[in-house]
Amino acid sequence: MSQIVLREALKRGLEEALENDPRVFMMGEDIGEYGGAYAVTDGFLKKFGPERIKDTPISEQAFLGAGIGAAAAGLRPIVEFMSISFSLVAFDQIVNMAANLRYMSGGQISVPMVIRAPTGAGVQLGATHSQSFETWLAEVPGMKVVCPSNPYDALGLMRSAIKDDNPVLVAEPALLYGAKGEVPDEYYEIEIGKADVTRTGSDITLVSYGYGMRPVNEAADTLAERGVSAEVIDLRSLSPIDMDAIVQSVQKTNRVVVVDTARRVGGIMAEVTADLQQKASEWLDGPVMRVGSADVPWPYNRGLEQEVLTDANDVLTAVTEGYGL
Amino acid sequence: MASSTKSSSKSSRKSAKPSKNGKSGAAGLDESDVASKTDQLELFRQMYLIRQFELACGENYSKGLIRGFHHLYIGQEATGVGAISTLREDDYVVSHYRDHGHALARGMDVNRAMAELFGRATGTSKGKGGSMHLFDVAKRFMGGHAIVAGQLPLAAGLALAQQYQKTDGLTMCFFGDGSTNQGIYHETMNLAAIWKLPILFFLENNMYGMGSSIERVRAGGIDFYPGMATYEIPAVEVDGMDVLAVKEATEAAVASIRKGGGPQFIEAKTFRFVGHSLADGQKYRGQEEVKEWEERDPVITFPKKLVEMGLVTQDQIDETKSAVDESVAKAVEFANDSPEPDLSEINTDVFA
Repeated sequence: MSQIVLREALKRGLEEALENDPRVFMMGEDIGEYGGAYAVTDGFLKKFGPERIKDTPISEQAFLGAGIGAAAAGLRPIVEFMSISFSLVAFDQIVNMAANLRYMSGGQISVPMVIRAPTGAGVQLGATHSQSFETWLAEVPGMKVVCPSNPYDALGLMRSAIKDDNPVLVAEPALLYGAKGEVPDEYYEIEIGKADVTRTGSDITLVSYGYGMRPVNEAADTLAERGVSAEVIDLRSLSPIDMDAIVQSVQKTNRVVVVDTARRVGGIMAEVTADLQQKASEWLDGPVMRVGSADVPWPYNRGLEQEVLTDANDVLTAVTEGYGL
Repeated sequence: MASSTKSSSKSSRKSAKPSKNGKSGAAGLDESDVASKTDQLELFRQMYLIRQFELACGENYSKGLIRGFHHLYIGQEATGVGAISTLREDDYVVSHYRDHGHALARGMDVNRAMAELFGRATGTSKGKGGSMHLFDVAKRFMGGHAIVAGQLPLAAGLALAQQYQKTDGLTMCFFGDGSTNQGIYHETMNLAAIWKLPILFFLENNMYGMGSSIERVRAGGIDFYPGMATYEIPAVEVDGMDVLAVKEATEAAVASIRKGGGPQFIEAKTFRFVGHSLADGQKYRGQEEVKEWEERDPVITFPKKLVEMGLVTQDQIDETKSAVDESVAKAVEFANDSPEPDLSEINTDVFA
């Protein structure tokens, strides 16, 4: 067991895959000589060489597309976007090609590719660098989407993503690269598509993922001080999504608040809300409360940005408004 | 350099009118040893097969047995057949949405190809792909791609894998003139060049992107190959109506790529004799232009030349035609008799 930050956990997962599987290689902007914009791949070029750690031109469509081709030919590429906002440039390749190829070829082609990208707001990068498009990709059939909230999950999910025979987006919360956590020395994986009940409770269920786990955990602490026992669920995977885990928890607590740090409208929590409406309404004592960041472009100014970003107070307000707790 | 090709180092032509001089076209036969008699008959067989297959598609589309968007390869047969004839089994072929010709030239089973267009369970993609998404991975035919230029980086990635695995295989990527105005065209050319990928970019310039003539949508005229100098990718122009010229130019490019010379670019000037799709009334071009190109129809001129030169007999041509006619008729029958996909297929092949 060791205490490491999330960046190190990701790095460990990537490094062991590169060591153990010659089919694994990496591509991205400034992942080699520079060491990665967030230093996740620092030192990789020296260790694995330029054939396996490929610096690319600023051509998201071309190198993401090349990853798809390499995967279709039997390699296992790991492609990095410097920001998930830049994935928009390559959305055609991700959606029309990576996600659709298997289906439209009648199962002849598989695309075992990992797409990595920092996601989320909170570090004053303005509108084009602060978005959370993992929620968009989670709705695309053929794509898997995971988003870790701590180092343990980051390593376990990365291992599973690299072993998966499908395109998997690993959305890495930019604000959490430096977050510390315990990681065992023994090998483990985390199954894609399974949520994690990170805290058991009996009065209310709080659901989130990625950076959203921070305000949710803070809110759960505050609720505990008030004598309210919150059960907390970390989705870990946005696609496939583990609705069963949420429904089971709601059957016990009869109350639920779903929390996203991405924009509120149309996000993954809108999907969770709609599904709960159908699957759990008979157990619910009140409305499914949905919390998300404001539906505006991300502002640069710190005060404005923090106001837009979902925080623990927003979660607590929803708990009170929905259930009077 | 093939006699009927032009390299990017020379000045570009003003016009793409069909060449009338004796140096290009099937007249090049007497100075060419690129194909044996058997090979030449096979080139004809493939071109004729594609033509008859496409005509059968049109017919069955009219009957409502084939649906969706349908883009026929009629007129362009010499490009795909000539180019693909130079490849090995371990090479990859990537195509665009006008993909029937490339698929058949690569050896896709005629029955299963037709069944896919009919949307049947016996189709190459079990009826889930359709005309624009033909795949035959066993033949290393990697699709049929229907977002214009979207197939370019996929092909670069296949080539990257071939380079990574240290093989001397290569990837041949077809695309049309319409794709050259997409940003990804530039991105992929640059990427292939800096990484020296084993890829052959094969531009089928048929002068129109759907209803838009090149002159209306592109600055710099109708020649694309000179632009490859920007990427230091060797590029030639070839007469796309002349199957032997295409074959010869492609052989030279393929040899260079196999030796580790990096990407190559071939621009074939060609023409579709029919509309963009089966829904196209061709209001945007005159029939004169179409007729002028039809005079050089490779499915007619090539066998005629072969017979004139005594390389094959008319009987051999006729026998080849009969066999193809029969196989296409059988393919339609096979497709029509094949079952619809089971509804349980909806949820398969989403994930591996």
